[in-house]
Amino acid sequence: MSGAVDIRGVAKVFGTFTALQRVSLSIEDNEFFTLLGPSGCGKTTLLRLIAGFETVTEGEILLFGQNIANLEPNQRPVNTVFQQYALFPHMSVLENVAFGLKMKGMDAPSRTKRAGEMLEMVHLSDFANRAPAQLSGGQQQRVALARALAPQPKVLLLDEPLSALDLKLRQAMRLELKQLQQDTGITFIFVTHDQEEALTMSNRIAVMRAGQVQQIGTPREIYEAPVNRFVADFIGETNLLEVDVAAIVDGQAQVVLPGGFQITCPSATAEAGRHHLSIRPERMTLVPVGSGLEATVQNIVYLGTDLQVMVRLDGGADMQLRIQNAARVQVPAPGTRVGLHLEEGAARLLAD
Amino acid sequence: MAGPGTNAPQGEASFRNIRVQLLLPTWAMIGIFLLLPVLLMAVYSFLTKEMRGGVIWEFSLAAYDQFFVNRGLFGDEPATLEWTYIAVFWRSIVQALVATALCLAIGFPTAWFIATRPVATRGVWLFLITVPYWVNLLIRTVSLRFLIRENGPLNEGLLALGVISEPLAMINTNFAVQLGLFYSYLPFMVLPIYAAVERYNFALSEAAADLYASRWTTLREIVLPIVKPGIIAGCLLVFVPSLGAFLAPNLLGGAKNFMIGSLIEEQFKKSLGNWPFGAAVSMILMSLVLILLLLYARNASKSEVR
Amino acid sequence: MALRSVRHYPGFAGVAVLCLTILYVPLIVVMIYSFNASTSITNWGGFSLRWYGEVFTGPDAPRFKAAAWNSLTIAVLASGISTVIATAAALAMLRAGAFRGRSLTFALINLPLMVPEIVIAVSTLIFFTMISFQTGYLTILIAHITFCIPFAYLPIAARLQGIDGSYEAAARDLYATRAQAFFLVLLPLMAPGVISGALLAFIISLDDFIITNFVKGAGMETLPTAIYGSVKQGIKPGIMAISTMMLAVSILFVTLSYLINRKGRPVTSG
Repeated sequence: MSGAVDIRGVAKVFGTFTALQRVSLSIEDNEFFTLLGPSGCGKTTLLRLIAGFETVTEGEILLFGQNIANLEPNQRPVNTVFQQYALFPHMSVLENVAFGLKMKGMDAPSRTKRAGEMLEMVHLSDFANRAPAQLSGGQQQRVALARALAPQPKVLLLDEPLSALDLKLRQAMRLELKQLQQDTGITFIFVTHDQEEALTMSNRIAVMRAGQVQQIGTPREIYEAPVNRFVADFIGETNLLEVDVAAIVDGQAQVVLPGGFQITCPSATAEAGRHHLSIRPERMTLVPVGSGLEATVQNIVYLGTDLQVMVRLDGGADMQLRIQNAARVQVPAPGTRVGLHLEEGAARLLAD
Repeated sequence: MAGPGTNAPQGEASFRNIRVQLLLPTWAMIGIFLLLPVLLMAVYSFLTKEMRGGVIWEFSLAAYDQFFVNRGLFGDEPATLEWTYIAVFWRSIVQALVATALCLAIGFPTAWFIATRPVATRGVWLFLITVPYWVNLLIRTVSLRFLIRENGPLNEGLLALGVISEPLAMINTNFAVQLGLFYSYLPFMVLPIYAAVERYNFALSEAAADLYASRWTTLREIVLPIVKPGIIAGCLLVFVPSLGAFLAPNLLGGAKNFMIGSLIEEQFKKSLGNWPFGAAVSMILMSLVLILLLLYARNASKSEVR
Repeated sequence: MALRSVRHYPGFAGVAVLCLTILYVPLIVVMIYSFNASTSITNWGGFSLRWYGEVFTGPDAPRFKAAAWNSLTIAVLASGISTVIATAAALAMLRAGAFRGRSLTFALINLPLMVPEIVIAVSTLIFFTMISFQTGYLTILIAHITFCIPFAYLPIAARLQGIDGSYEAAARDLYATRAQAFFLVLLPLMAPGVISGALLAFIISLDDFIITNFVKGAGMETLPTAIYGSVKQGIKPGIMAISTMMLAVSILFVTLSYLINRKGRPVTSG
C-alpha cells in the first residue's frame, strides 16, 4: 500500500549546494500535510520537486504508486498555489481560473462553467471579469486557490500561501483552508515557516532543517514530544537548559538541574551524559517556597492574556514561565523567592 | 520576496535546452558583420595602400608610420614625431571633453530638477527631454546650422534687438563645432543622471541637513558620491560619440575644424583614399574608446563589490 | 525666508528651462520657417504650405521619395529582424540558467554600442569590399540589423528581468506545454518590452547616417544621406519641410513608446 505521495530517498543538489539530503516520507491520501522549517531548510525545494519545476538529483517521487520524477510539470496531476500567487496579469480572474482547464483541452462553455463554480466556491463570482491587479491580497489568494483546484488535482501544493497576507486575514484563511481541504478531500501539501500555522491546520507535520527531515508527527506529537533540540526550540517557546544526566532507565531520565535539584522526565535519547533539557514555560506553576525547586523572580512581562515571569534558578540558570492572567492571579514582585512546580510533561530530555 | 538567484531556478531555466539555437542568430550577425569586420580592419591597417583606394596584400607599417613619424617632404630627413594627426586627435579630445563638461553643467541640474518634480509633472518633463533624444541627429544638426548661420534667425534676432551691430561669424568656427557637440549629446547626459537621482533616497539629504550640512555641502558630500555612477555613464555617453563625431564638424565647422571623424572619412573617398591609413586611424580611435570603457567597467565592478 | 525642502537647489529650475530652450529652439525655428511663403530662407513671407507641396511634387521629389521608401523599408525590416533576434537572445541570457560564455555573449551583444560609429562604418565597408559584396540596399540592411540588436535587446531584457519566473511555472503547473507557456503567458507579459525594443530599433535605423553613408554604394540613398547631400549645397526650404515631417514622426514614436511603457507597468507578482 502506498500513500498519495511517496518521497523515496530524494536528494537535490544545486551546483555545490545540497538542498535535500535523501529525504524519505509518505503522505497519506486526504491528508493536510505540512512541511515546516526555517528558510533554506529545503521545504520549498521538496514542494517544487513534487510539482516538477526541478528535477531530482537522486531518488523517486511516487504519486499514488506511479513514479512521476521524470514527468514534465504539465504532465503531473498536481497543482500549486504560489507564494505570490503568480496570477497572470494579462488575463481576467475568470481566464486565470479557466487556464488549466483550457490547457487540458476542455471546451470553452464547460470550462467557463467550471471556472464560474470555482469562483463561487471562493465567494468571488462578482469579480470574474476583473484584472487580478484590481483585487485585494486576500481576494488574489482565493483566486489562486480556485485556479489550482479547478482542474481537480490529486494533490494540491501550497507554497507559503498566507505569508503575503496581514495577520487577521491570515488567521481567517487558516480556518478556510482547513475547511476547504476537508470539503474537497484533496491531499494538501502545505509549506510554511510559521509553526503556529502548521500546528493549527495540519493532520501531520514534517519538521525540516538543512535538507533533512527532523521529525514527522501530529501537531501534538511534535509539540509535546520533540525528538531533538532543534524541534523543541523551533516549535513553540521553551526553556533549554544544559544538564547532567545520571541515568536513563526505560526512557525515563534522571536529570540534575542547575542548583542540584533532581527530576525524572521522558527522554528522547538513550545515552547518559550532558544533554539539553526542554521545559515548556506554560507547564510550570509558581508555588510557595519549600516544596522543591526554588528560584528568584527577575522580571514580569505583561502580555495581556498571559504573564511572562522571568526567574533565575538557584543554580544560576535563567528561565521563563507563562501564567494565565486570571482575575485571582497574584503577581510576585521582582526579587521575590518562589518555588516552581513542573507539571506532567513539562520537562523532556532532548537529543542534540 | 526572494531576489534573483536565491529562489531562482523556477522557470528561470525553461529555455536551457534551446539556448544555442536562441543565441545563434546573435552570434552570427554580430560575429560575422561586426566582430569579423573590426578584426579585418585591424589587418588592413597593416597592409600596403593602393593608389586608387583599396589595398595590396603586403605587410606594411606605413599607415602607422604616416601617423606618428615625420620624415620630411621627400622622406629623406631624420625621423621626428609627426604632430599633424596627433594634433587632430588632441583637438578632438579637447572638444569632446569641453562638450562633456558643458553637458554636465546643464544636464545635472536639469536631471535633478526633473527627478524632484511631483510624479504628474515629472512625466511631462521627462517626455520633453526624451523627444530630442529620438529626433534624427542629422536634422538636429541641420537645424542648428540654420539657426546660427551668418544671416540666420539668431543673428537677425540679435541685430533686431540691437545687442550686436554686425552679424556674429559663428558658422564654420570651432565655437560652432563645440556648440554642435554639446547640443547633439545633451539629452544623453540628462537621462542616465535622472535615473540615478530618481533612485536617490532623499532622506539622506535630510539626515545630512539634520547633521548641520548646508545644501551645497550636502550636494558635494552626499548626493554626488551616490549618484556618481549615473554621472559617469552620462559623461561616457557624451564623450565617446563626441570624439568620433562626424556631423557636427562637417556641417557646422569649416575645413579648419577637422576632427577624427572627418580624417577617417577622407581616407575612404574614392580618389584620395588611403585605406590602410584610414583603418589605422580607426584602430587608434577604437583603442582609445575601448580603454576608456574598460576602465569604466573595472571601476563599476569594483564599486559593486563594495 | 521660507524653509525649502532639501530637494530644492536655487537656480536648478532656471538651468532646466535653459536646457529645454537649447534643445528646442533650433527645432522650433526650423519648423516655423518650413511654413514660410518666401523663397528666401531668411525673411518671413507669410504662412504657406508651398514647401510641403514642393517636397512631393518638386524637381527633387523623385529622389527624396525613393530615399524615403528605402529608409522606411530598411527601418521596418531591420527593426523587425533585430527584434526577433534580440528577443531570442534575451530568453537565452535570462531564462536558460548560467552557462559558459554568458558574459562573452553579453559583451558581443553590446559591441555595437561600444565601438564608435565611424569605426563600425569603416570596418563594415572594408568587410563588404573584401568579400566583393556589391554595396547597396542589402549591405545597408545587414549593417542596420547588426547595430540595432543591442538597442532592441536592452528594453526587452529589462522587461524580461522584471517578470517573475513563477508565471511560467504556474502555466506549466496548469498543464501548459513549454510552447504554450511561452506564447500564452511569457510573450504577452514581455510584449511592452518587445514593442519598445522594436520602436527604438526602428528610430535608430531611420536615423543612421554615418554607417549608411559608408556602405550604401553609388546611387543608393536613404533619407539622411539624401538630406546630407542636399544640405552640403545649402539649406533649402524643402529640407526644412522634410525635417519637420521627420520631427513629427519622432514625436509620434516617443509618444507611442511612452504610452506602451506606462500601460505595461505592473509585472512582478510581489
